[in-house]
Amino acid sequence: MSEHALNFMPSEGFRARAKDVVENPFLRQSFRGAMDFLINKRITQFPSAEELETLRTLGEQIRQYNLGKLPALLVQLEENLTRNGIKVHWAETPDEANAIILGICQKHSAKLMVKGKSMVSEEIELNHACEAVGIEAMESDMGEYIVQLAGEKPSHIIMPAIHKTKEEIAKLFHEKVEGVDYTDNVDELIQIGRKVLREKFLVADIGLSGVNFAVAESGTLCLVENEGNGRLSTTAPPVHIAITGIEKIVEKLDHVPPLLSLLTRSATGQNISTYFNMISGPRKADEKDGPTEVHLVLLDNGRTQAYADEQLRKTLQCIRCGACMNHCPVYTRIGGHAYGTTYPGPIGKIISPHMLGLEATKTMATASSLCGACGEVCPVRIPIPDLLMRLREESFSEPHANPTMRGQGAGYSRLITMIWQAWATVYRSPTLYRTYSWLASRFNWLTPANQGPWTSVRTPLKPAPKRLRDLLKDKS
Amino acid sequence: MQIQGKAGQRPTDVYFFATCVIDQFFPGAGMDAITLLEREGIRVHFPQEQTCCGQPAFTSGFPDEARKVAAHQLTLFPENWPVVVPSGSCGGMMKHHYPTLFAADPARKAQAEALSSRIYEFTDFLVNVLGWQPEDKGSNCTVVLHTSCSARREMGVHLTGRQLLGGLNKVTVAQQDHESECCGFGGTFSIKQPEISGAMVEDKVKSLKATGAERVVSADCGCLMNILGHAAWKDEQEGRKTPSLPGEHIASFLLRRTAK
Repeated sequence: MSEHALNFMPSEGFRARAKDVVENPFLRQSFRGAMDFLINKRITQFPSAEELETLRTLGEQIRQYNLGKLPALLVQLEENLTRNGIKVHWAETPDEANAIILGICQKHSAKLMVKGKSMVSEEIELNHACEAVGIEAMESDMGEYIVQLAGEKPSHIIMPAIHKTKEEIAKLFHEKVEGVDYTDNVDELIQIGRKVLREKFLVADIGLSGVNFAVAESGTLCLVENEGNGRLSTTAPPVHIAITGIEKIVEKLDHVPPLLSLLTRSATGQNISTYFNMISGPRKADEKDGPTEVHLVLLDNGRTQAYADEQLRKTLQCIRCGACMNHCPVYTRIGGHAYGTTYPGPIGKIISPHMLGLEATKTMATASSLCGACGEVCPVRIPIPDLLMRLREESFSEPHANPTMRGQGAGYSRLITMIWQAWATVYRSPTLYRTYSWLASRFNWLTPANQGPWTSVRTPLKPAPKRLRDLLKDKS
Repeated sequence: MQIQGKAGQRPTDVYFFATCVIDQFFPGAGMDAITLLEREGIRVHFPQEQTCCGQPAFTSGFPDEARKVAAHQLTLFPENWPVVVPSGSCGGMMKHHYPTLFAADPARKAQAEALSSRIYEFTDFLVNVLGWQPEDKGSNCTVVLHTSCSARREMGVHLTGRQLLGGLNKVTVAQQDHESECCGFGGTFSIKQPEISGAMVEDKVKSLKATGAERVVSADCGCLMNILGHAAWKDEQEGRKTPSLPGEHIASFLLRRTAK
C-alpha cells in the first residue's frame, strides 16, 4: 500500500465535513437545485415505467451474465485486443497501474498527457503520479478541467464540478487562465476552456481515457462522452492509454446497446450521448490518423475481493451512471467531497471499502437512512441498501479468521456489541420485554430530556404512560 | 358505511402485530387501528407475547441479534389469518427480510415464508383486502400525507394511504414538494449521523408545513417520531405554544373522520 493510501482515511472527519456542508444554506440550496435538475432530466427519458423496469431487468441480467464469466472473458478480451494491436497490461494496485502508465510515458519521453474523463484515473491518483515525475497531466473534460484548475477532486462521477457555481468558475478562469477577463456567461466560459484545450490536444504526447464497456468477442473499447474531448484524447496524440476496472467487460457487442441506453438516460437524462467511440486498435498502415500505439490497463484494486463473494459481487454490476447520487437524500445534503473517497454517494459507499479497506471506510455505510432511493433508480438493479447493511455487519462484527473483506471488524466495539446482545436478550423474551416496557412507561417521568444526538434537533422521546397492551387490557 | 370485500378474501379474524414503537410510544394509534378493524366486523387478535420485529438490529449490522428477536415473532401467529402491521417499515422487515434472514435455517425459513405471505401493511389491508371505502363524517380540512420509504419502496403500498384519504370527501390532501424523499429517520442513522439526519428532517418539516395543511398523517410511527419531534423542537426554539405541525397515525385520523 502506498504512503498516500495509508494516510487516506475517509471515515476520519466524515461527520465534520458533512456538518460543514449542511450548515451552509447556500451549498444546501445549490446541491438541491442541481440534483432536482438531474432527477427531472432522467425521468423525462423514461416516460414508460414498464419499459424502464424491463430495461433495468435486462441491464441487470447482462451485467450478471458477464460477471459470471468474468475470468474467461478477461482472457478472451486480452486475446482479441492483442490481435487488434492493443497492448494489454494488468495492474493489481493503483501503484502498479501508475507505474505501467508512467513507464509507457517515459518510453516516449512524454511531457504532456491530455486526459479524457476517467474515474479510474482518479482512483489511482494518476495526476499526482505524473506530477511527481514531471509529466503534465491535463484534464480535457470541461468539468474535470475546472476541478483541476481549482486544485480539487471531482464531487460527482458524471458531473465533476457540480458543486461549483458559474460565478465561482468565472472567478477561477479569470485568476488561473492567462489573459482571461471575468465573465460569468456560460457560453463564453466554455469557449475559453475549449480554446485552451484545443491547443493541448495537438501537442500532447499521450492521450489517456477511461472505458465504459470493453467488448471481449471483438476486442473493442467503448467510450461514452459528450464533449468530443474523449475522441480527441484517443485519436490526436500518438499514444493512447486506456484504463479501466476489470469489471467493465461484456462478452458481446449485442450487450452494449441496452447498457448504453440505460447509462445515458440514467446519468444525464440523454437519449444518447453526443459521442460514442468504439476503439478497436491503433492506426493501420494505410490509415492517415489515429494513435500509433494503444494500451489498455486493467485494474483490480479490490474488485476481486468483491467478486469473490456472491452478494458483494453485485457491487461490480455498476455502469457508473451516477443516478444513485442524484437521487440520494444524503448526497443531496452533503455533496461529493464530504465522503472523502474517489467515488462518492451510494455507489461510493459500497465500492470504496473494497478499494481502501474497511479500516479507512468503516463509518461510510452508516451514512444512509436505507431509504432505498438509490436501489430504486439503479439501472442494473444493484441492491444498494442490502449491500450497505452487509457492510455494516462486516465492519461492526468481531474480527475473525478468514474474513471476506479487508478490514473486517474495523468498526467493532465490544460495548456496542454488548448493547445489541442485551437488546436481543430483552426483545426475544416476552417476560423481559413486558417488564422492561412496563417500567419505561410506569416511570416515564424519569425519561432523560437530553437524549444525545436525537434531541439536538428533536424533542425527547417519552414512552406513553400506558402501553398498547395495557390499553387493550383496560378495554376488555 | 359501504363495505365491499373482495369475494372470498374477507377474513373474519386477523392478528395485529403492533410494533414496539406503537406499543410503547404511540399506543393510541394501535388502539385506533384495532377499533377500526373491529368496527368492520373483524376479530382482532393481539398476541401478548409479541415484542419487536427485529429491524433495529438488522439494519444496524447485527443480523444475529435480529434473528434471535425475529425467531421469537415467528412463533406467534399459528392460525392461517392475515397479520396486520400498522407500519410499512416493520411490515417490510417481516414480509421481505424474514425469509432471507433465515436463509440458512430451513425450518425457520419455511415458517418465515409462510408468515411473509400473510403480512399486510394496515392501509394496504383496508384497501386491497377489505375494499374499505370510508364515509367522511367530519368537516372540511386539509392534511398532508407522509409515506415511509419502506411502505413506498419495500412494500409498494405508497398509493393506499392516498387512496384512503382521497375517499374522504371533505378532506383535501395537500401535495408537498419532494414527497417521496426520506424524512431522515432511518433508525440508528438518526443517532450515528445526526447532522445529516437533522438536515433531512428539517427539509421534510419545511416542505410539509409549506403546504399549509392542518396536520400530517402517516402510516409509520417511526417517521412520525422524527417529523413531529423536530416540528415540536422547532416550536420550542421559536417560542410557539401550539404545535405548528400536529400529526398522527393515519388510523387515528381515519377512525375519527368516520366515527358514527
